[in-house]
This record gives sequence, structure tokens and C-alpha cells, in this order.
Amino acid sequence: MAFKYLPHTEAEISDMLRTVGVATLDDLYAEVPDELKLKRDYDMPESKSELEVRRVFQQLGDKNKSLICFAGSGVYDHYTPSIIPTLVSRSEFLTSYTPYQAEVSQGTLQYIFEYQTMLADLTGLDYSNSSMYDGTTATTEAMFMALAVGKKKKRLLVASTLHPQTLRVLQTYAGFHGVNIELIAHKNGQTDFEDLQSRISEDVAAVFVQAVNYYGVIEDYAGFSDLCHAHKALFIVNCRPSTLSVVRSPGEWGADIAVGDAQSLGIPLGYGGPYIGFLCATKALVRKMPGRIVGATTDSEGKRAFVLTMQAREQHIRREKATSNICTNQGVMSLFVTIYMSLMGKQGLKEVNELSYAGAHYLCDALVKTGKFERVFSSPFLNEFCLRSTSDVTALQNHCLREGFHFGVRPETPGMEDCVTIAVTEKRTKEEIDKLVELIKNFQP
Amino acid sequence: MNNTYYGKLIFEISQPGRVGCSLPRNVFGNYSLDELPAALRRRSDTLLPEVDELSVVRHYTNMSNNNFGVDTGFYPLGSCTMKYNPKINDEMAADPKFTALHPSQPVETTQGALQLYDEVQRTLSEISGLHRFTLNPYAGAHGEMVGLMIIRTYHLRRGDAHRTKIIVPNSSHGTNPASAAVCGLQIVEVKSTEDGTVDVQDLIPLLDENLAGMMMTNPNTLGIFETQIPEIARLIHEAGGLMYYDGANLNPMLGVCRPGDMGFDVMHINIHKTFSTPHGGGGPGAGPVGVREDLAELLPNPQVCRLDDGTYSLCHHEKSIGYISRFLGNYGVLMRAYAYLLTMGREQIKRVGALSTLNANYIKESLKDCYELPIKGLCKHEFVFDGLKDKSTEVTTLDVAKRLLDYGYHAPTIYFPLLFHQSLMIEPTETESKSTLDAFIEVMRKIAEEAKTSPEIVKNAPHHTPVRRLDDVKAVREPKLTFKDLIES
Repeated sequence: MAFKYLPHTEAEISDMLRTVGVATLDDLYAEVPDELKLKRDYDMPESKSELEVRRVFQQLGDKNKSLICFAGSGVYDHYTPSIIPTLVSRSEFLTSYTPYQAEVSQGTLQYIFEYQTMLADLTGLDYSNSSMYDGTTATTEAMFMALAVGKKKKRLLVASTLHPQTLRVLQTYAGFHGVNIELIAHKNGQTDFEDLQSRISEDVAAVFVQAVNYYGVIEDYAGFSDLCHAHKALFIVNCRPSTLSVVRSPGEWGADIAVGDAQSLGIPLGYGGPYIGFLCATKALVRKMPGRIVGATTDSEGKRAFVLTMQAREQHIRREKATSNICTNQGVMSLFVTIYMSLMGKQGLKEVNELSYAGAHYLCDALVKTGKFERVFSSPFLNEFCLRSTSDVTALQNHCLREGFHFGVRPETPGMEDCVTIAVTEKRTKEEIDKLVELIKNFQP
Repeated sequence: MNNTYYGKLIFEISQPGRVGCSLPRNVFGNYSLDELPAALRRRSDTLLPEVDELSVVRHYTNMSNNNFGVDTGFYPLGSCTMKYNPKINDEMAADPKFTALHPSQPVETTQGALQLYDEVQRTLSEISGLHRFTLNPYAGAHGEMVGLMIIRTYHLRRGDAHRTKIIVPNSSHGTNPASAAVCGLQIVEVKSTEDGTVDVQDLIPLLDENLAGMMMTNPNTLGIFETQIPEIARLIHEAGGLMYYDGANLNPMLGVCRPGDMGFDVMHINIHKTFSTPHGGGGPGAGPVGVREDLAELLPNPQVCRLDDGTYSLCHHEKSIGYISRFLGNYGVLMRAYAYLLTMGREQIKRVGALSTLNANYIKESLKDCYELPIKGLCKHEFVFDGLKDKSTEVTTLDVAKRLLDYGYHAPTIYFPLLFHQSLMIEPTETESKSTLDAFIEVMRKIAEEAKTSPEIVKNAPHHTPVRRLDDVKAVREPKLTFKDLIES
């Protein structure tokens, strides 16, 4: 009967049952109506040894195929420095709970404080919460903040260059609140200021844009924040933190809230997760922020220490009056990106962007030169760009796939079936890029 | 724990000009960010730290020494199921054959990953007695919200838009009402009886044409099994509502009875509780949602489906409530759960419930002479003391909790549930041995004794932790939420 995760010996079970005052383990459930009891084993395989578990994973892993990644579309294949997995797997971090007992949770609390500092700095806003599930759900939390600020307002204006995955999640949540989402047109991949002007009015709670957008374009928001504020709407910028060491930050554009996914800060592709969402806001909005927030205080001896704070905003105090049901953060993923930012530092993060920029522009030029593509938008881009292809995109992607290349993502936008969005990070070598270009040159439709 | 290093922030060990990383040379020629228009470029430099690699490693290693996890010691945090997190699960989840997969890869190249998802989904269905699961929700609270969205959508599609009332017991978790509010539902509380279970007489008048459903944990927050559950489910169903099972307390039911068989229609599971994945200081978790057969079409997109030829694909169903996450949830967490399910298998998983219940009852019976036990009788995986039995010492539950930290134990959940003034909620889980429980019991008795003989020691605890008791009020009154706030004050 003894099992590695169940330490009870038969003798101990008997002893303990005696203390409890019942005869058998079944008697511990004497009050459970008999007709509810499961009187059979679960239909599942027998217990496996570690060796056997390994084999199962190996077999499943062999059914996957790792590809040389030129895909982005919100998820970027940046390098993970080797100290990060080592440090984040320290079980003092990994096996702890939410830091309610601050005196024995200073590790967690301190890295969250560092995380909040770095995210606020990168986004150019005053404050960050302790993180969210992912970029899409963080965006819905920004919507709830805007609805709480705008009281009865029920309209949102959303850039048509926002990632459709984010838009769809926003639509699901908005649907339960009678909130109306309208799309703002774009021109040349850039959210159209004139279209925004024609749509905005006092009943708009917020305007959502994506700074380095779905097609890779770096957008210009001159005048956006003033226009939003003139109509008492919040200006909410969805962004990618890794880009913010070089591109203009949401704070510098006058945003009230910055949200998005911080996966690009070195988190592996991981088939979609776990990643980490973030949410930053101006000082004026801090008490409307969802999720955990860590603050500095002192202990009874005057020593600086960190603690979960401003909990009066949260669900376990406010219950149904809370603006959010969030009761966790993304925990060790916030540690992950904090260590990444500490290690890359002021200079390293710029270099990552410099390399990704150079690789992407080199590839873009080479692909256009093949004569098989043209750029869809002439607007500036960072490390991801959108091309229109003269041949069938799926056939082209399958051709690359046979050689182990993941050649971009086809935008979901109607009318762009012949387009592909391609991303390059510092992980892609010149050899890989040259080989990809060669493959495409040789493609016969 | 390391006291001496404590306190420095990474920004305070930064030195201008230091670097912590090395990147490949730029061999792409004359492409430079300087080409970008100035208006699109960041104006002020970031304040990111400049630190060498060893200093970063020491900084976070030392920081971890100021933390307490399940691997450090006993963690009897009620309602949180702090069981052992097996290491092989973490190792399997780090397999590059999975972690290198981009979510937009064609399904032909991710068959193993999709199969794993499908097998976890099927196993959870078997264990819970519900027809089908989505593993996309990121956390318990997220799953709960998705479950309620399903309930809301079910009524809307039937033309019952007025059905917005969700009944919850007054002992419920704080997330229950908050999640309901997020889905545009209204919460009504039902009273508990003296023995801590739902008061069916109080429930009946609440059942009307506006009923959307009822949310319960079973066993409830006090660790008591709701024996009237078949009757409650019948009443709710007759009134046109759906039964929602909050899986926070699923652990003691393993091998005993299934939420689907109790009459529940929709539920979520906290993977990080019942299925052993690490809590990670707050996340990432996973909150799969299961539903009965006729609700399966409402599960969120994308869905993983097994095709007739035995291959797997991603499906997007039109009748679904929509998308609630970027892709397939916290996939790496699901991998850990799969390793756990494989390891436990059918012989061991069925023993979890009874052993977790045995451990809880053993502590309860061993301490009830010195701690106040408001609800007598058998509990399930957890139970609640209402503070020390001897109230004359004025030593509070908070003091007891802080004193436990001095003795190398994590504190139980305190001041929850709100039904009692001095709640001390203990959940030992099945992975703790009798030896560990005995040592904990001894310390709890010692603290009860200290409360009488030297109460000041308990009231001023903790004494041996990296920091002493913190000033929460100051943190709220003078919020300092970034390093910038600290240097400006």
C-alpha cells in the first residue's frame, strides 16, 4: 500500500483512526449518502514509475515537431538566459503560496516589488500591479477599469490593428456587460486618427490601441490621448514590454493604462503558456487596479519590508462589489521576467531589439527582392512585418515546414488571405535566414 | 533563513556600465534602430538595473532564502491544498519537445501536445463525473468565471435573460460573488445551519423564476460534507437553475464521490490544489471547467478534438461562449498535472481523499482540548478552530499564526471563513506523514501553553523570521509601490 507521495504506514493509519474514533477509512465518510459513493475504480491507467512516466512523455514529445520559428503574432521566440530556469525553479519560490504571511514571504514580495518597478518604468506609467494571467485577460481587466471610471458608459473604441485574439476575449467579456465594441479603421497599418475623431463622443469609456500592432507596425499616437481625455475616455495602450526600451512608451504617448503580455521577456513559446499579463496605470487610477499590489513598509523594528497592500480593492474584501475577481498573479512567471530584465538590464534589452530589428529588416528586404512578395504596409516596423505573397501562402508555408521552418502566421483579417506576418528575434542566425530565403526562392507553386 | 543579506533591491546593487548578458554579434549589415522616426522612439532611458551575472544569481538565491514553501516545511493553509509538488512533473514540463512549440504551429506538428491535452481532459471527466472539460482557464477564479458565463449563456439561449440570481452559501469563497458580478449575475446568500451546512429551509424561499443557479463547494469551507446535496440539487433543478461546483475542495472527494454524481452541472478544478502543481507564490495555476453533456457545446474556444482517424485538431465551435484566453491556457501547468495523473494512476489517486481526511481529523481530535472547535464531528480535508479555547489570555488567532512561523511552520488560513471571529483553518493534505502532524500538534499545544504562561512572546511573534511583524496600515496610508517611490520619499 505504501506509496512515495502517501507516507502513511498501515500501523499509523490504525493509530490515527483510533485517535479520531472510527474503525476504518470508509467510516470517515459515514455521513455521505451511499447512493452518491463511487463504488468502482476510476477508469484510468495503472500507476506508473518515474521511468515509465518519462517514456510516456518521450513518446508524446516525439509526436511534436520543433521548428525554426519565424512566427510571432503576439508570441516571440526570444532567448532565455540559462540562469533563469535555475533560479525560478528554486522550490522556496515555486512551492510557496500567495504571500499572505509576509514575514516568511519576503522573497516573493520583494521580487514582485522589483517587477512592479520595472514594468512601471518600461511602460512609462506610475504603477504596475503584481501581474495578470496573460495579455488578453489583462486587456479585459483594463476594460473593467474603464467601465468603473466611466460609470454608465457602454462604448469602447478598439483599433482594428489590435490582435484578433485579444479582441475576441474582450468581446466575450464585454458581451456579459452590454458593452458595445466598435473598431477604428486603419490606414497603411496605422490607426486612423480621423476615424477615431469621427467616432469618439462622451459615451465612450475607453479607446484601445496596440502600439507595435498585429501586423508589426509601430504606430504613431500623436493627438490620441488629448482627444480621448477631451471626451473623458481612457486611452489604453496594449504593448509588448520587451520593445519599450527602444520604442516610445505608453506613458510617453499619454496613456492612462498600459496592458499586454510580457511573454517576450524571455519566456519560452511553451505552446501558449504559461505566459504573463501585465497592467500598469497612472497614479489617479491605482485604486481601481485589479489584482495584487505589493508595497513597501516597515516591520516592528523599523526595518524596510514588503507586503501585499491596498487589499480593500480586492474580491476577498469587497466580494461582489469588487471590479475584478482576480485573486492571484502569475507568480513565478513574474519572477521569470524580473530576472530577465535584471540580467539584460538597460543595455541588453536594447541590444535584443537592435538584433531583432536588423534580422527582420534583412529578411524583409531579401524576401521582397525574390519578387514573390511585396510589403503590405510601408509604415516603420520593429521585428515583425507583413508581406503580400504572389503564391498561395499555405502552400508556401507547407513547403518551408518540410524543411523545418515555421514561416510566419497568416493574418486572420478578411481580405488578407494572401498575406503572411513574419517575425525575427535575436535567436535567428544569418544562416537560418539565408536558408529560408533560399527555400522560398526554390518554391514552385 | 538568511537574515544578513535581507533587504537590498536589485536597483541598489546596480552599477552603471555593468552587464549581465552577452548576445550574438550583429552580422546583418547596416540596419539600425536609428532609422526609426524620432517620434516613435523612446525618449527617456529605462531605469533597468546594470548588474553582472553572478550578482543577479546571488540576489535571487538569497531572496529565495527569505521565502517559505512546501519544500521548506509543513504548510497547513486551509482551502489551499498545499500538497507536495513532485519534481518529475516540473522536469517533464520543461521538455523542449513541448516548450519550443509556437501556438500557431500547424496541428500536424503538435500532435503530442494536443494528445496530452485531450488525455488530461478525459481523465478529469472520469474523476469528476462530468461529460467534457476545457483546460483553457488560467486559474480557479478564471475557471469559476467561465463556468458562470456558461450558466448565464445557457439561460440566455433559452430566452431566460431574467435568470440572473446565483445563490451562494454565506461561508463561500470571496471569489464566488466577485466572479458572478463579472458575468453580470447577482449573488444572493443562503444561511448556514448550526452545523455549518446549507439551511435548506432558508433556501426554498429564494427559489423563483429569476434563479440562474447555485454555487457550492462540497465539502464546504468548514470541511463539512453537505449531506443534503441530492435534495438541494433537486430543488435547484426544479426551479430551473443549474448547480455549480467550486472545485476548491475537491481533494477529499477523490476516490469517494464525484461532483457529477452529486447533481452538479458545471464545475471548475483547481489544478494547483488537487492535482499537485506548484502554487508558485500566486501562479501560474490552471482552472479547467467541466460540464454535463448538453452544455458541452458552450465550452470556450479553441477546443482540442480527437478526429475519427485518431489524430487531434483544434476546433472552434459556433455555439461556444467564445474565447476566454489566448490559446490553450497555461499549457505547462497541464503537463505537470498529466505527469501527476500518470504517476498516481487508478490505485493511488483513489486513496488521496480518505488520507487527506484522516490527516485533518487526526489534527482536529488531537488539539480540540486547547483550541475552540465550533463544529464538532467528522470533518473532511480541513476544519476550522475558532481561536484558542482559553480566551482569557487575549492571544488572538493572528498571534498564534505568527508564533507558528517562529517554529518553522507556515500558518493556517486565518480569519476565514467569516462565520467565526477567530477562524484558524487547517488543511494538512494527504502527503504529510504522521510524524510531521505529531510535531505540528506538539508545537500548537506549546503555543497554547505559552499563551497562558508568557503571552507577550506570542503577541510579539514572530521573533526569528527575516523580518518582524509588518505595519500594514502604513503600507496603505503611504503607498510605496515602486523603487522610485522609495527614493523620492
